[in-house]
Parts: sequence; structure tokens; C-alpha cells
Amino acid sequence: MKKKILSLMLASTMVVGLVGCGGSDESASTSAPADTATEAPAPAADDAAAEEEAPAADDAAAEEEAPADDAAAPSGDLIKVGIINNDPNESGYRTANDRDLKEHFSAENGYDASFAYSLKNDEQITAAQKFIADGVDYLLLSAADTAGWDSVLQDAKDAGIEVILFDRTIDASEDLYAASIVSDMEKEGETAVNWLKDQGLSEYNIIHIQGVMGSAAQKGRSGAVDAAVASDGWNLVVQQTAEWNAEKAQQIVQSVIDAGTPFNVIYAENDDMAKGAVAALDKANISHGVGKDVIVMGFDCNKWALQELLDQNWNYDGQCNPFQASYIEDVIKKLEAGEDIGEKTIIMDEKGFDATTITADDVESYGI
Amino acid sequence: MRSKSFSIADLVRKQIFIPIAALLLLALFNLIADPSFYKISFGYNSAGNPVLTGYLMTILDYGSEVAILAIGMTLVTAASGGQDISVGAAIAIAGSVILRVLVGRGGSGPMQRPVILAFLVAVLVAMIFGAFNGVLVAWFRIQPMVATLILYTAGRSIAAWINNNELPIVTDESFTYFGGFIPGIPIPTPFFIVIICGILIFCALKFTNLRLYTQAVGINESSSRLNGLNPEFIKFLSFVILGVCVAVVALIKVSRISTINYSVIAKDIEMDAILAVALGGNALGGGKFNMTASILGAYVIQFLTTTLYKFNVSADALPAYKAVVIIALVVLSAPTVREKISSLTKKSRPAVKGVS
Repeated sequence: MKKKILSLMLASTMVVGLVGCGGSDESASTSAPADTATEAPAPAADDAAAEEEAPAADDAAAEEEAPADDAAAPSGDLIKVGIINNDPNESGYRTANDRDLKEHFSAENGYDASFAYSLKNDEQITAAQKFIADGVDYLLLSAADTAGWDSVLQDAKDAGIEVILFDRTIDASEDLYAASIVSDMEKEGETAVNWLKDQGLSEYNIIHIQGVMGSAAQKGRSGAVDAAVASDGWNLVVQQTAEWNAEKAQQIVQSVIDAGTPFNVIYAENDDMAKGAVAALDKANISHGVGKDVIVMGFDCNKWALQELLDQNWNYDGQCNPFQASYIEDVIKKLEAGEDIGEKTIIMDEKGFDATTITADDVESYGI
Repeated sequence: MRSKSFSIADLVRKQIFIPIAALLLLALFNLIADPSFYKISFGYNSAGNPVLTGYLMTILDYGSEVAILAIGMTLVTAASGGQDISVGAAIAIAGSVILRVLVGRGGSGPMQRPVILAFLVAVLVAMIFGAFNGVLVAWFRIQPMVATLILYTAGRSIAAWINNNELPIVTDESFTYFGGFIPGIPIPTPFFIVIICGILIFCALKFTNLRLYTQAVGINESSSRLNGLNPEFIKFLSFVILGVCVAVVALIKVSRISTINYSVIAKDIEMDAILAVALGGNALGGGKFNMTASILGAYVIQFLTTTLYKFNVSADALPAYKAVVIIALVVLSAPTVREKISSLTKKSRPAVKGVS
């Protein structure tokens, strides 16, 4: 009997839940009957609610804005943008990226933005289809995977929607998107390796800690090291993936220390792994930083990492610029004005910070 | 002669045989390949504290987290006949709670509250999440792996939410003691934590009916009910105990790097914990268990990992090597295979007896 009551309760909760969801969808679309395009916030809210609170709040704001917008939808005051991004919890980089986008594409700046988050390609494609059906003006896309986007982007093109890629590139014809704003990972690696070359060490014994194998950041940042190893005769003490994980990096460096192999450079492909490596160095009392035994290099420019540079505990940190929103806005303004944007692939400025020249201002403005 | 062959059969049938054999095998391999593996050197870390370093210390140090989890996982496995796959995500939550209590929301800097308070809050939170899993498994009778899939999926987002998606950093030196060294003691602290946990669980198994009740529920739930036990509560209890283990591991993990990364902290550790239980020769379908064997199993995994790192196995090939060794060990430790081996040795026994 107990069980029956329980299952009945469960079932009824589920039904109520389902009805609740359906209801909110309906109310969203009926509250803005004048234009089908105003439906946009509703599905986005559904997607976003599952991920995080903040975007849902954003969408609520957008929803309020929507009815006011009714008659002048296509060329009205607000430019409708659908933004498809990876999950902001993924990393500090993504969090900074998401925050930057939200700040730029706000109602005050003249945008009606809807957000969808997913780390899965198929879910992103579904979100893109929704945005297209909702009739957004611009589709901003940071694709989870490079493949599978041709048909959906063709749909967007047929519907007259401009697609702007940011952060990630895709395997599709250039005709299908207006612009692609990316980091050049190869260049990031080269900048770092050139900096290392300029240090003029008598010998280079490098511990190379890689990110998740096959990711764009890993390939670009590893490629430069491999090239230098081949051309300059640098010695790789160990080359191992720690999968962006601080503890694994700590174990890898610990293993080298235990073996007693000499080394003088740690090239970690992100800040977390550099931090793990430094923890192992501290344990073995090996000095690191400016003018010390071991050179420590990281990537991504987290605020705490730049602070380590400022304290001269690390030597170098390469930037991976998450602030694409201003570049995207630039492109949108040009397109709105009917100007030509020139080169489709726009590569962002990225810096490399040296511990001897970094300032407290740099930490504030470039730290993520 | 007779007593010797009898003892081999007996030994093979003993559950603890497999992890010990695996450890000896790995130890022998390292001894032949490079005896310097066993070198332990005495030195000082950058804070000026004495430390022992060497591969063996590394194994003791990094194997500890899985060893602690293996304690809880063994109980869950024995009682419910399934595994909890949410421990990695739960560690992220508990670690996030510790940092939240220590330095406040989104803050960084020195500790504002004592570590013991942060730890106790984390224990409480982890127990609540353990209880959530336990309720789903015990009373709603959902498959443990499916029930814990909920937290596995949502846990890391919850962890990020607790700290408003910021990454708090604790700057106090004293916070690093739990995952590093206590000044003056050259042995890594996590090893002592394992010993404390081991003693606690040993006492619990020795002086209470925990072992008997857990095994009874795992072997036959309805007959244990007929004997006056409450199977639901025993299952629930095992998940709550695992929650405590999770909080302890979370403390070690966040102490190691003084901060947290929600998406990668304790990633895939649940698989290692389950593997430790399997390597310990415990039946994954529930029932009888051997706690010592599970803990040894955890150190076997770390021994293997450290060995692979030492021989600088290339990054792409690492998981493949690990898989090969693990398949062999798990197959060997499967109860049916052990039964077969021991019956083979038994068969040879009468022949030997006949000759002598």
C-alpha cells in the first residue's frame, strides 16, 4: 500500500512537472502574439535553466523586452542575437568568455540576446535550429565539435541569418559564415617558445606537460615545442599529458624528481598544470621563478597565475584571449552598416607575459 | 608435501591473495627493471620541513585518496550489490564547501575559519548527498549506478554554484598540511589519514555488527529481513559512510593545490575506487567483502600508475597499458577464476598424495 501511494505521488509530481514546463512555454509564446520571432527567449530559457541561473535571468529580461519590440521586429531597436556557447562551468576561460558576452550583448547596448549552453555538438545544433526558427538576426557560435554544421548553417543562410563563429572553428565552407574570431593556438605556442629561446639557457631540459590530447589548444601549444626540440636540439625530459589536471601534473613532475633526472624548464599548457608542477617543486625544495633553478611557464592568464608572475615565482604566462565580444560587436556593426569586413578569419591579439616586465595593472586587466 | 600443496590451494582461494600477488608482481618487475625505484631519500621542502621522497613515498601519498574511497565503496558494493559512480562529483561538492567555509564566497586569501569547522560542514554536506543516493537506492529501489548517475551529472555544476563559479585560493601554509607534510614529520599526511580511517573502520567492523549485517543484506535481502534486520537502513547507512569518506578525500584534494577546479578535480576517481574493490577480489554483485583487500587494491592501482610514469610511457599509450594490466588482474581476481585455479591445485593434490 505504502509503495502504491509513493509511486502515485511520484507519478503525479512528474505530471505536474511536465505540465509546468509546457505551461511556461505556452505562456511565453502567447504573451508575445504579434510576432513569432519573440518566441526566442522561451526555448533558450529552457536550455539555459538546466545549466545555470544567470542566463535564465537574462532571458527573463529579454522576454520583458520582447513584447515592446513587436511591430518593428526585423529592423527594430534591438538586434536579436542567438548565442551558442560551451558550458561556462567548463573552465575559468569559458566563465570569463561567457561573462564578457553577457556584458556586451545586453539590452542597454541594443541587443536582445538569447543564450544556449552545451558541451555536446548535437544539442548545440538543436539550439541553432531553434534560433533559426525564432528568426534571430545573428547567430554566434562556439562549436563543441568541428564537424556536422554544414546543413544547419545552410538553413541559417537561406533564412538570411548571419553566422559569426567565435573561439572555435568548424569544418564548413567559408560561404556559410560571415566571420570567424579565433585564437591562433599555434601562434600562442610560438610566442612562448620564442620567449624561451630568448632566455639563452646553456641547455634546455624541459618537462612538457600537455593538455587533453587532440584538443586545439594542446596541438597548437605542443607543436611549437616539438618544432624547437627538432630544430634547436632541446631535450625533453618528459612529455606527458596531465589532461589539464593539476594533480596529474604534480605526479608527473614528482616522478621526474624521484628519478633524479635534471631539468630546468617546466612548460605546462595551462595554469592549473603549472600550479601542480610547482607544488611538486616546492615539495622537493627546487627553486623556481625569475633567476632561480627552474623556469615555469603556463598559459591562459588566470588572475592568480599572473599574480605568481608578479611575485616572480613563475616566469611566463601566455594569454588565450577570452574577450571576443568586442570583436564580434565590431563585425556586427560593420554588417549592419553594410560595410565589407574583409578577411573572414579574424585572429585576436594575444600577449605573452614575462615575470620581469609584468605590472599590477596587467594582472587586473588581463587576468581572467 | 601434502601440507604445502594444501596451503597453495588455500592461499589461492583466500581473497587477499590477488592484491598481494599483484603488488609482489609489480614490485618484482620494478626490482628487475630498475632497483633505484626503491630508493628513498631524505631532504627538506621549500618551507624547510624534513620530507622523505622517492617512488614508494609517492605511491603511499597518491594512493591514499583511492584507498579511503575504497573503504566506503566496499560497503556500498557489499550491501547494495552496485556501485556509486558519483563520488568524483561529490568530492567536487565537498571540496567546494570546504573552500566556501574557509575563505567565503568567491574570496581568496587567508583562512577566516578553522579547518576543522570547514571539514565538519563538508562531512555533513557529503553525508546529505550520500543519504540522497542511499534513499534512492534503498527505498526507491533504483539501480545504484542509475541512482548515482543523477549526482554524477549534476554534481560538478552544484560545486561550481556553491562558490559562484569562482576559484577561491587559500594562501595559508597550514592548509597544505593535509595533502602534504606536517612540519617535522617526513611522511606524507594522507598516509596517516588512511591509517586513521583504517583503524576506525576496523573497529567498526570488529566491535559492531556492521560487517555481519552488511554481508547478510548483500547475500540475501529477504532472508536478512526475516531475521529481523532492516535491509533498507543498512544500504542507506553504507551510502552515508561513503559520504564521510568523500569528505575526507575532498579535504586532501583541495589541500594539495590550495584551490579547486570543478571540472577536473577527482575526475574518474570513482572508476579507480570501483576498480580497487574489484582488485580486492570482492564480488561486485554484493555479499561478502574483505576491507583490507580493497585498500591494498587501491595501492596496487597507484603502484601501477607510478610505474608507468617512471618508465615514461608515452601519453597516448598510458591508458592502454593500464587497461591491459587491469584486465589481467580483474580476470584473475574474479571469484569463478579463483575457484577454478584452486580446484586445479586441489586436483593435483591427490596425485601428489598418491606418489608420496
